[in-house]
Amino acid sequence: MSQLELLTWARGTGLAWALALCAAGIVLRLAEMLSLGRSVDLAPARLHRPGSGWRTVFTRSLPPPGMFRREPVGYVAGYLFHLGLLLTLFFSAAHIELFRALWGVSWPALPPALIDAVALVAIFSLLVLLAQRLSHPVKRLLSGFADYLAWAATMLPLLTGYLATHHLLLAYPLMLPLHILSAELLLVLLPFTKLFHGVSVFFSRWYNGNAFARKGVAS
Amino acid sequence: MSASLARGIAAFKEAIDAPIASFFSSCVHCGLCAEACLFYTETGDPKYTPIHKLEPLRRVWEQEYTVSGKLRRLLGLSRAVSDEELAEWGPLVYDSCTLCGRCAMVCPVGNDLTYMIRKMREGMSAAGHAPEGLVTATVRAIQTGSPAGVKWVTLQAQIKHMQAEFGVEVPVNREGADYLVLMSSWEILNYPEYLGAVGRIFKQAGATWTLADDAYEATNSGIQIGASDLARELVGRIVAAAERLKVKCVVSPECGHAYTAIRWEGPNLMGRPFGFEVKHILEVLDELHRDGRLKLKGTLDVPLSYHDPCQLSRRGGVVEEPRKLLHELAPNFKEMSDAGTMNWCCGGGGGVSANERAHELQLIAFKRKKAQIEELGVKTVVTACANCRVVMEEALEHYHMDVEMLGLTELVAAHLAEEAQS
Repeated sequence: MSQLELLTWARGTGLAWALALCAAGIVLRLAEMLSLGRSVDLAPARLHRPGSGWRTVFTRSLPPPGMFRREPVGYVAGYLFHLGLLLTLFFSAAHIELFRALWGVSWPALPPALIDAVALVAIFSLLVLLAQRLSHPVKRLLSGFADYLAWAATMLPLLTGYLATHHLLLAYPLMLPLHILSAELLLVLLPFTKLFHGVSVFFSRWYNGNAFARKGVAS
Repeated sequence: MSASLARGIAAFKEAIDAPIASFFSSCVHCGLCAEACLFYTETGDPKYTPIHKLEPLRRVWEQEYTVSGKLRRLLGLSRAVSDEELAEWGPLVYDSCTLCGRCAMVCPVGNDLTYMIRKMREGMSAAGHAPEGLVTATVRAIQTGSPAGVKWVTLQAQIKHMQAEFGVEVPVNREGADYLVLMSSWEILNYPEYLGAVGRIFKQAGATWTLADDAYEATNSGIQIGASDLARELVGRIVAAAERLKVKCVVSPECGHAYTAIRWEGPNLMGRPFGFEVKHILEVLDELHRDGRLKLKGTLDVPLSYHDPCQLSRRGGVVEEPRKLLHELAPNFKEMSDAGTMNWCCGGGGGVSANERAHELQLIAFKRKKAQIEELGVKTVVTACANCRVVMEEALEHYHMDVEMLGLTELVAAHLAEEAQS
């Protein structure tokens, strides 16, 4: 397979399959989850309800009182990584062009220099998070193969994207398909690894916020 | 009931619902829950990380309720949960978790880990891995009506004593009363003044109340050990008495988990809403006070603080009520750090104090509360849970701390305005 054929496959058949598998996987995982159901709470909820499921969906993005001090590295690296990843994914000119080609929607891109910067910040943050995962006793205890796989699957698109943009390490016609393939790997793994939290987090936070809110507590 | 691994796994499967599946799906293994858990913060041992305590339940969820988990098991890539593992997890699930719920407040993806531990205990007890102290307490509760084996005659003796000391009538089995008052074993044994306090308060407020001779015990070891059938039996006794006596409201005593058992789990255990209200005594006091039926006079001027019982504040929503009363009664009331819904547990909730095996660990966990009290420098701590109070009194003694514990209901009763009438 030539580099051109690889690129064509990655942008065509590969991407279609990856998106289909990702979508089917998300549907399957949600079905697995939601089909378990939950019983109706027969205890009367409080009338005074400072919290709600929706409130927690948003507020849980902020560190609760006292927590930032206990884990500053995790919080800072966590925020920067997520921010860098999302900005790169949705606001680089090349990606917006892809979305326009796929779905016909587009929006203004961020300047390339800024995308470069946030991509590097995300890459660096991921390295810090990996170092922490390997060195912190709690994180090391919780981590298994799937955690490192999810880390690698997230790192690869960021790294190859940066290298491709700057024509580093490998020739662009090879690095670009590698970048697309790595993003496809991420898409396929998303439903079946902890990366699924990108979807399930909204449910989890809502369940949490709702349960606490019924008792009159804003969680 | 014969406990076995098969029954345990079946109970795990039964316990897993959409929220639990969502929680396990969302966990990114960040370990922040550890930073919220006093068993981790005070020991530094990673095995006390809350989500790690749930690992056997997680494996059952993955293997039973996800396609990828089933596939992995078919391919021999994952093992079934064994009896040995559950035995190993027993101390993690029972000794080092007070169901305090602090981890559920901090998990960035929103996992309610306490909800999961509560559910996991259903399987642990069905598999025969509940600690002996809790099993004994539960058996005693079913047989005698109280986990500490306190019988009605013991309470009768306290009633006589309280009537003589405070001159208040303690009605028993009075039909149509406003309030059915419950006690916890700790109150009957250690703090009978609670009964006298309630009597004096209701007398001033002109409220009718009663005890029931077949349902005086509010605590519920069933929810601590994780045996819903037994929890239902214990709650059922209270519901039956409340319905027989046609009371308007059942009053949970100064006990955190009793409140959770009756107020929040009760209707769900019974499978139907109640025809009466359930309130914690602090909610009742706050209401009476707000309605002008509870008049207070005088203050306790020493610097003091309030220890939030977890099941009352974070898991129960009774946060402002004690503060309103304390702001009136205690001009030198100072809040602890992390007060309210982010409070730190005393270390003995969720059945830990009834579990002898956990005693040493419980004292280590108390170091967090110790630091909070020392930081404030108060010599008086008020609370509204007899279990917190016993646990803290013992620990304060252990650490040679000169700090007095007070029950809020008694503090209120000691400051009733004299123009009492009923």
